[in-house]
Amino acid sequence: MTTTTLAAGSARAAAAPGYGAGRRRRRARTRERTAQWMFLVPAIAYVLVFFGYPIVKNLAMGSQDYTVRTFVSGEAPWVGLANYAEVVSSSLFRTTVLNTALFTVGSILGQFVIGLLFALFFKRRFPLGNVLRSLLLLPWLLPMIAGTAVWKWILDQDGGILNEALGTIGIAPVHWLTSPDVALVAVIIVNVWIGIPFNMTLLYSGLQNIPDELYEAGALDGATGARAFWHITWPNLRPVVSVVLVLGVIYTLKVLDIILGLTGGGPANATQTLATDSYRRSFQEFSFGTGAAVSNILIVVSLVFAVVYLRVNRRAVDE
Amino acid sequence: MLQKTDVRQLRSTIVGIVLLALMLFPVYWMVNVSLQGGGTAANSSFFPTDITFDGYRRAWEDQTGNLVTSMIVALGAVAVSLAVATPAAYALARFRLRGMGIFLFVLLLAQMIPGIVIANSLYTLFNDLGLLNTYAGLILANATHGIPFAILIMSAFMRSIPPALTEAARVDGAGHFRAFWSIIVPVSRNSLITAGLFSFLFAWSDFMFGLTLTTGADIKPITLGIYDYLQGNVQSWGPVMASAVISSIPAVVLLVLAQRYIAAGALGGAVK
Repeated sequence: MTTTTLAAGSARAAAAPGYGAGRRRRRARTRERTAQWMFLVPAIAYVLVFFGYPIVKNLAMGSQDYTVRTFVSGEAPWVGLANYAEVVSSSLFRTTVLNTALFTVGSILGQFVIGLLFALFFKRRFPLGNVLRSLLLLPWLLPMIAGTAVWKWILDQDGGILNEALGTIGIAPVHWLTSPDVALVAVIIVNVWIGIPFNMTLLYSGLQNIPDELYEAGALDGATGARAFWHITWPNLRPVVSVVLVLGVIYTLKVLDIILGLTGGGPANATQTLATDSYRRSFQEFSFGTGAAVSNILIVVSLVFAVVYLRVNRRAVDE
Repeated sequence: MLQKTDVRQLRSTIVGIVLLALMLFPVYWMVNVSLQGGGTAANSSFFPTDITFDGYRRAWEDQTGNLVTSMIVALGAVAVSLAVATPAAYALARFRLRGMGIFLFVLLLAQMIPGIVIANSLYTLFNDLGLLNTYAGLILANATHGIPFAILIMSAFMRSIPPALTEAARVDGAGHFRAFWSIIVPVSRNSLITAGLFSFLFAWSDFMFGLTLTTGADIKPITLGIYDYLQGNVQSWGPVMASAVISSIPAVVLLVLAQRYIAAGALGGAVK
């Protein structure tokens, strides 16, 4: 469509020799710019509707008494900060914030350390190295709910293979998913499993970008093994490390599948995070106002890390 | 006699295989249990000595409709993602328009918005528009997983296409859209395939929108079919694991195919 109007336009312009040259050039430029914008219009419209609108709407809902009744009557009275007050003052809030922090820190720590060890290992050249490394991506590519399903059976307290394996070395069955003391550890283990490939892949490509000459020069000065890691690898990997950590935090904050599938936020809210609590309030209790308030808090936390990410990323590109 | 480096390399390969085996143990377990049928055994044996496809038969009975739904939704999301993202990627790679920097920034931020925020608001919007429990609604929502990513990777690729390629066509009188459609799209084929494959996988694996934007049994993606099994006490793990295996097939296919498409330098033959 753009093509035909453009072609017709230039034909008309060419057929009118007496036209003011400046005006014609200006009009041609406007037309050119319009044609270029047309490429972006669908994407901008989509982003406005599916990212812009939800954020604005969610901010608004956070200050409205938005419940099941709203869907019938269409009325959602403004309540100011009442939803936030209700959320923050509830005894659940401290639990969810603490769980979110523990879940995030625990997951990131596990994913990062193991991912880095894997990346360092696969940096060696050996037969089948590349094939093995790409097969390691599988846990990350599977639908999370499929991975969650098999872990639920592995972690089962009675018939699960993990407790059976622990039993053979004399450890009593652990109630992985049903005891409030260990359920959070269990969901962290599963999230670490899913996150390792992502961490390994980014860190591996970071390692590949460190020039070999640095290690050769370091070896002449006696820097090998652990010393080479601390004096050469780590400083050069730092920008990638920052990006991996911040992205890890952002992805972990939104995790829903794993927790809902494994424990549903229980037992006794032991695995309830900001994300699952927002879901619970909106879609199980149909209290969309307080659900939105919780997810607005989640937005703010994510946004802080997103800004950190963009700054770190720019620095990584500049360097 | 083996060289010292050979021995070390061989040792690395063995360690690598052990690491992979540990990491993929849950995947093995999924396949293993799926082949042990639909019984209600208290535990699963380590090897599927008595292979039975009862689990798959049950899974097939329960999940065929959901698989079809997931397929329709994922393919639809690919179509929407590519239709929206490809022209935008080209514009971001080639044109200099005011405000494009901001748009790029917004795309980066958009990827970081927690899905529950989008689901919360889309539920009310879709309720008003009658898009709850529809394919169209799920497709549009699922494209949010793929569009920012698709724009970013395709425009990175398109930046590497020499401007001379389209300028020649423009001199010959082709409009921007002609140049885009008949030159950029074919040359960028591999990056389109990569973007498309990932959009498919994102939509196929989606849980959030299936959970929040569908309420009945009529339109339900496979991920929600699996989730239904997991709620409450699971009586028999065979069908659950069989469904999980079936839902994992696209990821395995992608792992084999995308390797090639990511690696392939699409420009290879086009400029020469």
